[in-house]
Amino acid sequence: MSVVVLGVGMHPWGKWGRPFLEYGVAAARAALRDAGVAWTDVEFVVGADTIRNGYPGFIAGASYAQALGWSGARVASCYAACASGAQAVEIARTRILAGLCDVALVVGADSTPKGFFKPVGGERPDDPDWQRFRLLGATNPAYFALYARRRMALYGSTPADFAAVKVKNALAGSLNPMARYRRTVTAEEVLASPMVADPLRLMDICATSDGGAAVVLASEAYARRRGLSHPVRVAAVSTVTPTFPNTVLELPNFATDSCVAVPAPERPFRAAIAHAAYEEAGIGPEEVSLAEVYDLSTALELDWMEDVGLCPPGESTKLLHDGETGLGGRIPVNPSGGLASFGEAIPAQAIAQLCELTLQLRGAAGPRQVANARVGLAANQGLFGHGSALIVTT
Amino acid sequence: MTFAIEGWFAVDEDGVFLLGARCAACGTVCFPPRAALCPNPRCEETSMETVRLPRRGRVWSYTNACYPPPAPYVAAEPYVPVTLAAVELDEVGIVVLGQVKGLTAAELEVGMELELTSGPLADGPLVWMWGRAS
Repeated sequence: MSVVVLGVGMHPWGKWGRPFLEYGVAAARAALRDAGVAWTDVEFVVGADTIRNGYPGFIAGASYAQALGWSGARVASCYAACASGAQAVEIARTRILAGLCDVALVVGADSTPKGFFKPVGGERPDDPDWQRFRLLGATNPAYFALYARRRMALYGSTPADFAAVKVKNALAGSLNPMARYRRTVTAEEVLASPMVADPLRLMDICATSDGGAAVVLASEAYARRRGLSHPVRVAAVSTVTPTFPNTVLELPNFATDSCVAVPAPERPFRAAIAHAAYEEAGIGPEEVSLAEVYDLSTALELDWMEDVGLCPPGESTKLLHDGETGLGGRIPVNPSGGLASFGEAIPAQAIAQLCELTLQLRGAAGPRQVANARVGLAANQGLFGHGSALIVTT
Repeated sequence: MTFAIEGWFAVDEDGVFLLGARCAACGTVCFPPRAALCPNPRCEETSMETVRLPRRGRVWSYTNACYPPPAPYVAAEPYVPVTLAAVELDEVGIVVLGQVKGLTAAELEVGMELELTSGPLADGPLVWMWGRAS
């Protein structure tokens, strides 16, 4: 038994400077329209929270319910940083699978300040997210850059490889009306953009964006009753935490776990996130038609490709340069344009990944359609150890 | 001299040391130090002892901050890019992030040996830093 995606909807990503609720409500209404479901028929609404928009953001589920008009639906709100959307989907999915409801609406949206993400307000000397800025000046791009430099040392990847990821994703994003950046770019432009955190340049790093995404999930029986014969199915949602010892330095930590008493696990955290999704779906990486992975930086897309098993460690640049991960390639990666084209609207991002997978599996992705898309994978990771991966199938 | 954070590092005539915590039962070491509950999920130990961590290690990775990091970081004026290194400590199997003193990103390499030192933040208090190995 699986849960099906009845409808998807998004508000275009950008830097619109309006309240997050507007984006979320627009996305929710679009998803409801797409599903052909009236808001008043939704039994359960889940909001993925935003922490930069005051109290309404912390209780996003109720904020959306009130904005759409109190309907008496059950509600939940959750926060798991970049994994918030996957958590929200999982909360709705499990309630449907438990037989406690038939149709649920999941919404995430964000309105972001300009520049680097910084800790939310106030002096909190016990909060690692505050401490890393205070003691080290370690921004999010600093961590992305550590991974990128490590990749260069381990596998010989180069800034030119990273630029090629941006070129590929910008091309895909130019075909996506929901993307914030719709312009194609050249490798020369990427390599000439200002250095932010060596070796990553401005165009290697994802921006912070405003945007909203929503999905309507339903039981198979509900979809059948509505005459939907071949809906896109959610085959797995992975929300795993790391396994001790986590030997990769994670945001916002100062150090890794020690592997002196217990050896490092077989799979590092990012690989374990995808592995759990594959296990749950009973599907292997070789069956994946397309993947949306969390390209916080260009270099990180290359790491993710290996982590989700699209190729062995160190070989993602070959796939990239052979055109395998571009539109028209064997295994398109980030056919939506990825974070490179969207920028990050934290609570919306994992839901947006699910929107893209659904459109692709429906054959409704227009000029960026992946041919014969049957299995879609999305992978993502939230600060402090929140895994996020989804597998959808036709 | 004021420390930017208490209990995370110590300075004496032998040099600068990171203060970690070690579990007496399973030997797991962690940084920053924690007083209770060993991080090893299969260990029941609830008291950790403070230990000095090895002062040397090899660069796991490094980067810099070409633009001033936002508050609560206090950036020097004029701003000088902060160099950061994640260093894999000898013996304890742990990678610790820190600012780098006296070396730019261009002078660092993955695998290079560094040694712990300390230096002031722009507004005065002292923090641990990685420096050239003596």
